[in-house]
Amino acid sequence: MLRNLFSKPRLRGGVHAEERKSATESSPVITHFPLPKKLYIPLQQHVGKPAEPMIKVGDTVLKGQLLAYSQGMISAPVHAPSSGLIVDVNDYPAPHPSALPIRTIVLETDGKEEWLTVPVADDPFQLPPEEISLRVGAAGIVGLGGATFPTAVKLNMGRENHVQTLIINGAECEPYLTCDDRLMQERAADIIDGVRLMLHGMGTDYAVVAIEDNKTQAYTAMYTAALPYAQIEVIQIPTRYPMGWDRQLIRYVTGKEIPVGARSSELGVTIHNVGTAYATHKAIRYGQPLVNRIVTVSGGAVGQPMNVEVPLGTLMSELFEFCKVDTNKTARIIMGGPMMGEALPHSVLPVVKGTSGVLALTQEELRDKQEQPCIRCASCVTVCPAGLRPLDMANNIRINQLDTAVDLGLKDCISCGCCSYICPSNIPLVQYFKYASGEVMARQQAQHKSEQTKRLMESRNARMERIARQQAEEERERLAAKAERERRLAEEAKTEAEAVEEVS
Amino acid sequence: MISYAKAHLKVRSGAHIGTKTSISSIMGKVMLALTPATIFGLFCFGWSAIFLFIVTLTSALFFEAVCLKLAGRPVKSTLLDGSALLTAWLLAMTLPPYAPWWIGVVGSGFAIILGKQVYGGLGQNLFNPAMLARVALLISFPIEMTTWANVSPLFFPHSPDIMESWRITFAGILPSDGMTGATTLGYIKTEFSQHRLLTDILQDYSSVANFFGWTRGSLGETSTILLAGGGLWLIRQKIISWHIPVSLLGTVFLLSSVFHLMDANHYVSPFLHLNSGAMFCVAFFIATDYVTSPNTPTGQLVFGAGCGLLIFVIRTWGAYPEGAGFAVLLMNSVTPVCDYYIKPRIYGRDRQGKPLEINK
Repeated sequence: MLRNLFSKPRLRGGVHAEERKSATESSPVITHFPLPKKLYIPLQQHVGKPAEPMIKVGDTVLKGQLLAYSQGMISAPVHAPSSGLIVDVNDYPAPHPSALPIRTIVLETDGKEEWLTVPVADDPFQLPPEEISLRVGAAGIVGLGGATFPTAVKLNMGRENHVQTLIINGAECEPYLTCDDRLMQERAADIIDGVRLMLHGMGTDYAVVAIEDNKTQAYTAMYTAALPYAQIEVIQIPTRYPMGWDRQLIRYVTGKEIPVGARSSELGVTIHNVGTAYATHKAIRYGQPLVNRIVTVSGGAVGQPMNVEVPLGTLMSELFEFCKVDTNKTARIIMGGPMMGEALPHSVLPVVKGTSGVLALTQEELRDKQEQPCIRCASCVTVCPAGLRPLDMANNIRINQLDTAVDLGLKDCISCGCCSYICPSNIPLVQYFKYASGEVMARQQAQHKSEQTKRLMESRNARMERIARQQAEEERERLAAKAERERRLAEEAKTEAEAVEEVS
Repeated sequence: MISYAKAHLKVRSGAHIGTKTSISSIMGKVMLALTPATIFGLFCFGWSAIFLFIVTLTSALFFEAVCLKLAGRPVKSTLLDGSALLTAWLLAMTLPPYAPWWIGVVGSGFAIILGKQVYGGLGQNLFNPAMLARVALLISFPIEMTTWANVSPLFFPHSPDIMESWRITFAGILPSDGMTGATTLGYIKTEFSQHRLLTDILQDYSSVANFFGWTRGSLGETSTILLAGGGLWLIRQKIISWHIPVSLLGTVFLLSSVFHLMDANHYVSPFLHLNSGAMFCVAFFIATDYVTSPNTPTGQLVFGAGCGLLIFVIRTWGAYPEGAGFAVLLMNSVTPVCDYYIKPRIYGRDRQGKPLEINK
């Protein structure tokens, strides 16, 4: 396929952040992580509704057994990452900056790692495409790049929209993270098989695997693995954060720009992460649901940085112990990459489906300096891949002009962090935007609530008025009846008196 | 339940890492880029220039410190960001080398107090502080601001010695006649009013001397080549972008070429335009001031072209021989409008902000 990459600007903004990937990119994924005694499996590890538990405390489960089923259109089930005993279903801190409690299943492992055996198709390409997305959905697969959108929903949308191009995102543009890189280097054939299954599931016959050009070994492995399949092309893309932003990658690869409010499948493109393709392969070929993942553990405070394959629900604190993290040197714990990842208040939180990395960064690696005044250098405007003017948005948020910030494009911000990264005045721009988005939402809810209250109040007033009117009516009628009665009585008395007079 | 261990870790959203660039490193680089031209200027105009330079910079720091103290803001850390120093440095470069010391002090006062701090400090001002101060000085003290010293370098036989220079700067006693004169553009303007033609006027003009800076003029703005070198280095360092310098210089060059070709006797050649009146200093160091210039590339092109147009108009038909200060200030006032109308297109939206049409 001939692509003229220079026909129009396909790359906009972005930064070239220091990669800091060397600590983990050239050593193999560790697969012998000791099985934790207890696994903490949150019921919401995906975008959409939380899964509903279908086991109870005291149940014994096998590895891969369904623990909680998917609820509604956009949701995903959760499976047992190992065999053992269910000891609790309760609220535990979520792997989120707030660490607020979230419903979690606690599994005490028995160390046997006994798989639940599931029949698999000999030739999955004979299965109807719908069956592929059904099985992917049943395996609890979600977007493993971090977005955690249920994969089956995307496969269905791709099929329904007759998507022509499947893009496999192997950009991995966040600094430090190398889990996708290692996966591509070590399990390229499996990923390519997953890509073929996805193509079959969507009824699409062309896929592009896009890999940033700083990952030459991964590119070579993937290129070689894809050689036998004409429908799969593996390409190198420039190393420039946020290349892995789906819309940026789609524009770079296809030249198509996804309108605000539209889904990429409406324009004939679907994008999946390499990890998701690998999980699809596991689910369809071996009947294994998504129960473990590769996590990059890196950062200056990590004694032995590495990629390690762990069961979902493993506590980050155990990962840290395994990787010899120096807690005294740790200035910040981050889930994900340092650009978009979230800072966690502590490490006693479980690894979930979207955990691509856990970083323990030292003070020297962070930029944590005093915020200074904006000098309008406009670096943030230059680097913004969404075409926003972060400085103006932040200025308006600072003086509480949130509506103006929304007009300037607050809702189009993707929180990629380029502006905060580049700002010479250390202004935490993304923090401002997240705060403002939350505040706008809260205000809308409050307004909605007050409108509802007003409506209720008005209808109550109307009702009360009606009742009062009715009562007044009844009262009038009663009074009229009384008067009438009295008049009749008086008349009767009068006639009686007249009669008496006549008689006498 | 899981215990909340290590809850003291500070939580904040990304990006958690950042570049090493800071306000002070940016200011430092700009000052570094100015250094060659400044040293050359100080050498050319001798001790008086050095005294004036020191007085201007010191008083700016003093005024900044007083303002910060009054505003209740941290004094030391803000002084160290280098912004006040850079403002005063730029102002000093635009002053006549033999101007008395109080011109430097009053100028710094204008720049720091009225040009910057009353707006709320760094990043809040509408006008370029250095240009505001220069224009205020030019209007208030026209004689002091248009007495231009001859090139009289340090340690040269006929140059004023240190004591003489001290008297020039601090007692306002100018040396005997023949030490001062007009700048090239000023001279041309005066001679035009005598109905002389350009070819006569420019008999003694040397473009080479002007290019290297061996000519009468402001303290640090005479050397085109050193200023251009510093400016190009700043572009290379990604401190400034090419948009404003290129559109400013390009506009002046284009306009003056057109008029010069039409009538070479009454319109100065484009090379003389670019070569004098601090054109390169303005294009690379003054007009590119972050705070007072637009923040999109297109806006910057418009801004630069506007500056260039105004410089040409003021120089050619206005009352002042050099128009850069006025031009920059006028365009500064247009900057907010520029930023309001010229915005980048948001991803997935058209220029009006409406979502793009779905187009398979």
